[in-house]
Amino acid sequence: MAKVLMKGNDALAEAALAAGCRFYSGYPITPQTEILEYLSWRMDEVGGEFIQAESELAGINMVHGAAAAGARAFTTSSGPGFSLKQEGISYLAAADLPAVVVDVMRIGTGLGDISLGQGDYWQLTRGGGHGDYRTLVLAPASVQESVDLMIASFDLAEKYLHPVLIASDAAIGQMIEAVEIPEAVEHDIDQFEWSIKGCKAGTEPRKVQNIYYHHPDYEGFLTNKYAEMEANEQRYEAFEVEDAEIVLVAYGISSRICREVVDVGRAQGVKIGLIRPITLWPFPIKAFELAKSAKAFLTIEMSILGQMVDDVRLAIGDACPVDHYGSIFEIPETDGVLQAAIAFLNKVKGEV
Amino acid sequence: MTEIICAGFGGQGILTAGMLMIHAGMEQGHNVTFYPSYGSEMRGGTANCNVKISEKLIASPLCKEADIVLGMTSPAVDKFEARLKPGGMLFVNASIVDADRSYRDDITVVKVPVTEISIEAGNPKGANIVMLGALASKSDLFDAAHLKEVIVKFFEDQGKGKHNATNIVCFDRGVEGK
Repeated sequence: MAKVLMKGNDALAEAALAAGCRFYSGYPITPQTEILEYLSWRMDEVGGEFIQAESELAGINMVHGAAAAGARAFTTSSGPGFSLKQEGISYLAAADLPAVVVDVMRIGTGLGDISLGQGDYWQLTRGGGHGDYRTLVLAPASVQESVDLMIASFDLAEKYLHPVLIASDAAIGQMIEAVEIPEAVEHDIDQFEWSIKGCKAGTEPRKVQNIYYHHPDYEGFLTNKYAEMEANEQRYEAFEVEDAEIVLVAYGISSRICREVVDVGRAQGVKIGLIRPITLWPFPIKAFELAKSAKAFLTIEMSILGQMVDDVRLAIGDACPVDHYGSIFEIPETDGVLQAAIAFLNKVKGEV
Repeated sequence: MTEIICAGFGGQGILTAGMLMIHAGMEQGHNVTFYPSYGSEMRGGTANCNVKISEKLIASPLCKEADIVLGMTSPAVDKFEARLKPGGMLFVNASIVDADRSYRDDITVVKVPVTEISIEAGNPKGANIVMLGALASKSDLFDAAHLKEVIVKFFEDQGKGKHNATNIVCFDRGVEGK
């Protein structure tokens, strides 16, 4: 298929349809409302169900029902709306159900505002709801990657029978770029052994439960499920990392700026590289093994607190210092990031 | 990399002008991004979009220092003149912006009465197309014949091909600059 120009949010919606998703239920909130707007007409064209729910909770709980029936189903939100989804995400994880939830991040704590932000990192990667779970989290850095990861998310959700989150942001969701949507696949809603699809005489009834008390080894099953995701699903891109003394770590919109920072810095003789996590959970600790010459790591995030710093520290132990350079109202700028990286490296070198 | 800010009132076709530019840029084989102003925008309110066209990867979709500003209203010109690089080009809707207004002396100012031309052409919604004609003529960014083809196809694909006869008049008048 030829490249077309699409907004990140619209492309994400179209990609879900290309993956065979035929159920969506959500509630409007900027900057992700285009997903609902697009699916409100497009889902009908492909014969699926689009429901504008009465609330975020209703939206995700309908997705729970559709997923239990074997459908490819997803919902989307942002900011305070994504917080309201957390109970439902926890329930999906408890029930071992595959479903996809998109967070098009916006600025702020509380209501925040509709502009750019990357402040949901902790909520996305630490479970977010109550209980003892985590979810796979995929973070696109372009409109094309929004498409590719949206399609991959349904496969991953079904592979592990687990909810998968997409961590988009207002910049990636609102921007228009050239994109190629892959050929559509059909999803057979009746293909799974476990789904709720009626009980014929003489067969065991299927149940989608909240806790599987009668599982022969429930603790082992859960332990292995998360261990397998951690071992098998780390995704990342590494640029100029092998000989880098200062390694930037960034995802989503911030990573695009950092890619340019590496080019500009290298042209000035700065040994600088970039690790771009594509999975935020599992965090791509394997990427950090490549950074053999690193003296310092600097995360670039659109947040004040520097949330991903925690995961970088866990990945590298006390091998070298980690700091954070952030902004919340504006996308970090190339010059500012490069200056911060050089200053941090010089400080670390001075201390050694 | 060329950074373009297109700005004016909602309803003037600001976002459409941006979309037309990235269509043309993509067809020329370049990387393109388009970023709209979004939020509490409405007809009659302000609207702007940031367009980048580049042979290299595009980092931020936002224009920090613009090469080109298309200013369709006085507030748009006032707001975005300062965002131009030295040597940049400011396209001004001379039908609306005061003729006595003074400008930075390190930029090129192109004044075209795009609103009047669009009305004379029988397409009062086509002021944005007039502006694109002026842009194609005065900068190296687009080939005028190619951009005109892109415009015609864009509106045909949207089911609005019936306006193309007057769109072409608007575009050609923009190329002439009067």
